[in-house]
Amino acid sequence: MISIIDIINVGLFAATLRMATPLVFAALGGIFSERVGVVNIALEGMMLTGAFTGVLASFYTGNAWLGVLGAVLAGGLLGLLHALLTVKFVGNQIVSGTGINILAVGITAYLSQVIWGSRGASQSVNGLGTISIPLLKDIPILGEILGSTTPLVYIMLILVVLTYVVLFRTPMGLRIRAVGEHPAAADTAGINVYRIKYLCLMISGMLAALGGAFLSLGQLNFFVSSMTGGRGFIALAAMILGGWMPFGALGAGLLFGFTDALQMRLQGAGLLAPQIIQAIPYVVTVVVLAGFVRKRTPPSDYKPYEKE
Amino acid sequence: MVTLLRATLPQIVAIVLAFLVGAIVLLATGYSPINAYLAVIKGAFGDIYGIGQTFTQATPIIFTALAFIFAFKCGLFNIGAEGQLLIGGFTAALVGISFGDLPVYIHLPLALLAGAAGGALWGFIPGILKARLGAHEVITSMMLSYVALYITSYMVNYPFIAPPGWVAQTVPVTPSAELPRILPPTQLSASIFIAIGMAVMTTLILDKTVLGYEVRAVGLSTSAAKSNGINVKNTVVFAFVMSGALAGLGGAGEILGVHHRFINGFSPGYGFDGLAVGLIGGLNPIGSVLAAILIGALRAGGMTMNTVTGVPIDIVSVLQGLVVLFVAAPRLISYLSRKGLATPRLVKSALAKARTLPTEIKRIFRRGGS
Repeated sequence: MISIIDIINVGLFAATLRMATPLVFAALGGIFSERVGVVNIALEGMMLTGAFTGVLASFYTGNAWLGVLGAVLAGGLLGLLHALLTVKFVGNQIVSGTGINILAVGITAYLSQVIWGSRGASQSVNGLGTISIPLLKDIPILGEILGSTTPLVYIMLILVVLTYVVLFRTPMGLRIRAVGEHPAAADTAGINVYRIKYLCLMISGMLAALGGAFLSLGQLNFFVSSMTGGRGFIALAAMILGGWMPFGALGAGLLFGFTDALQMRLQGAGLLAPQIIQAIPYVVTVVVLAGFVRKRTPPSDYKPYEKE
Repeated sequence: MVTLLRATLPQIVAIVLAFLVGAIVLLATGYSPINAYLAVIKGAFGDIYGIGQTFTQATPIIFTALAFIFAFKCGLFNIGAEGQLLIGGFTAALVGISFGDLPVYIHLPLALLAGAAGGALWGFIPGILKARLGAHEVITSMMLSYVALYITSYMVNYPFIAPPGWVAQTVPVTPSAELPRILPPTQLSASIFIAIGMAVMTTLILDKTVLGYEVRAVGLSTSAAKSNGINVKNTVVFAFVMSGALAGLGGAGEILGVHHRFINGFSPGYGFDGLAVGLIGGLNPIGSVLAAILIGALRAGGMTMNTVTGVPIDIVSVLQGLVVLFVAAPRLISYLSRKGLATPRLVKSALAKARTLPTEIKRIFRRGGS
C-alpha cells in the first residue's frame, strides 16, 4: 500500500519547481508579447521548436549550452516571424500563431525523421545535467528543493526578477508598457512603436524556446515529437492568472507545475488509471481560468497599430 | 466568376507560395520536390482507390472546418474541434454498440445525433465559460481537447474495451448503426454527403436566419450587437454549441462510416486540420469543402509519397502551417506581389483584370442597353 508520504514529500516540491520552469519561461515570453499588444498563442510552437533545435544543436556540437543557444536563436526567429506577420503586415494574431504552431509540429517531426530516422524520438544527446549551489544545498528542505538542479531552473528564477526590473524599473520598460497601452500616445512621445514590438516579440520567442529547451535538454536529453503537450497554452493561462506580472507568472507557473508534478507521482503510485491522472493538469487549467480571470484586466486591447 | 476569382485568389496564391517554400524544405533535406509532389498527386488522384481515399480523408476535415468557421463568424476561436470530434465519435459509438435490434432508420440517425450532442456538449463548456466568466476560449478549448483525448482513451482502455482486451477499442457497432460505404474497397462512406449537406446548412444558417445574423453581428462587434438588443452571451454559447455539434457529427461519421467502432487515437489531428482548412477556404463553408479536398489529397497522397520517395509524411503539416501563415497576412501576399517575388506575371495580370472586369462588364451592358 502506498502511503500519502510517498506522494507528498520534499521531492514533490522539487518536482514542482522543475515542472514549473518551462511554464514560467513561456509565461514570461507571453508577458513580453502581450505587454506590447500582441497575443501570442504561438508560445506552444515556439517551445516545441526550442526543444527541437536545442537537441539538434547539442547533437551536432556535443555541447548542451550551444544547444540552448540554438534554441534561443530559433525562438527569436519565430518571434520575428510572428512580428512580421502581425505588426508589419497587420495579419490576424491568432491565425498567425496557429500557423506557427502547425508549422512547428510539422517541421520538427519532419526534420526529426530526416536526421534521426525516427518519427517518434531523437537520439540521446548531451544534456545540461545538474549543478549544485554549495551553501544552499546544505540547508534542510530548501536545499533539497533548490540546492541541486538543472541550471535552467536558476536561470528561470533570475529571468523572473530581471523581467520585473526591466518592465517596471527602467525607461525601456516604461516604453514597452506604453506601446501596449497607448500606441498612438507612445508614438507621439517619440517612441519607435514598431521597433519595440519587434524586439519584444523576439524576446517572447526566445523565452518560450528556453522553456522548450528545458524540456528536452534539461530533462530528457532527447526530443520527442509534440513533446510540449499543450504547455504553451498552460503558460498562457499562467500569464493571465498571474495578471501579466513576472512574479504572478512565477506563482501561477508553480501552481500548474504542482499539478503536473502531482500527476506524475500519482501515475507512479498507480492509484488511478493513467489516462485519468494525465488529464488532471488540463482540467485544473480550465477550472483556474474559469475561476479567476474576471479579476484580471489585460494590459492592451491588442488592436494592431498603424501609423497615420 | 470574377468575384469568385477575386475572392479565392489570395488563397490560391497562399497555397502556391506554401508549396514553393515546401519545395525548398524538400530540396534542403535531399529530396526531389517534383518527385514528391508528383507522388502525392498520383497517390491522391491516380486511380479510383486514391480518389476514394482522398475524399475519405477530406470528410472529417470538412466537418471540423465548418466547426471552426461557425465559431469564427461569432468572433470566437474554437481551436478545440479535435476534442469535440473525439467526444462525438465516442458518444456515437456508445449508441452504435447499444440498442442492437433497432431498425436502421431509427438507429443510424440516433447514433449520428448522439455524436452531434456529444460534440455540442464539449463545445458548450468553453462557450459558457467564455460567456459567463470571460475565460479565454483559445486556452479552454485547447485544454479540453487534451481532456477529451485522455477521457476517450480511458473509456476504451477500461470500461468499454472489446474482449479480450488486447486493443484499445470498443466492440463493433451493430450494422443498423453503420453508415454505408459508397465506393468499396475504399473507406469512403456516406458521411461525405452529410458533410456537404452540413456545408450547405451552415451557409444557410449563417446567411439566411436570424440566429445566423446574430452570430455574425456579435462577430463584427459585441458592443454594436448588444446595443441592437442581441443577447451576446447566449449567442456566444449558441455558436460554440453549433461548432461543437458539427465537429462531433464529423467524429460520428468517422466511427459509423469508416471504423465501425471507436478505436483509440483514430484521429490523426482532424480537428487541427479543420482549423487550417477553414482559413484556407476563406472562412466560407463551400470554399472549405474544396480546401478540405486539398488537405485530404495531401493526407491520402502523402502515404503514397512516403512509400515511393521516402519523404516523411509530416511535410503535410509543414505545408498546412505555411498556407495558414500566408493566409494570416493578406498584405504579405500583396507586398510580395508588389515586389514581383511571389506572383508570376500571369497571376498578377489576372488579378488586375479581375479588378477591372466588373466595371468593364457594366460598361458592356450599358452599351448593349443603349
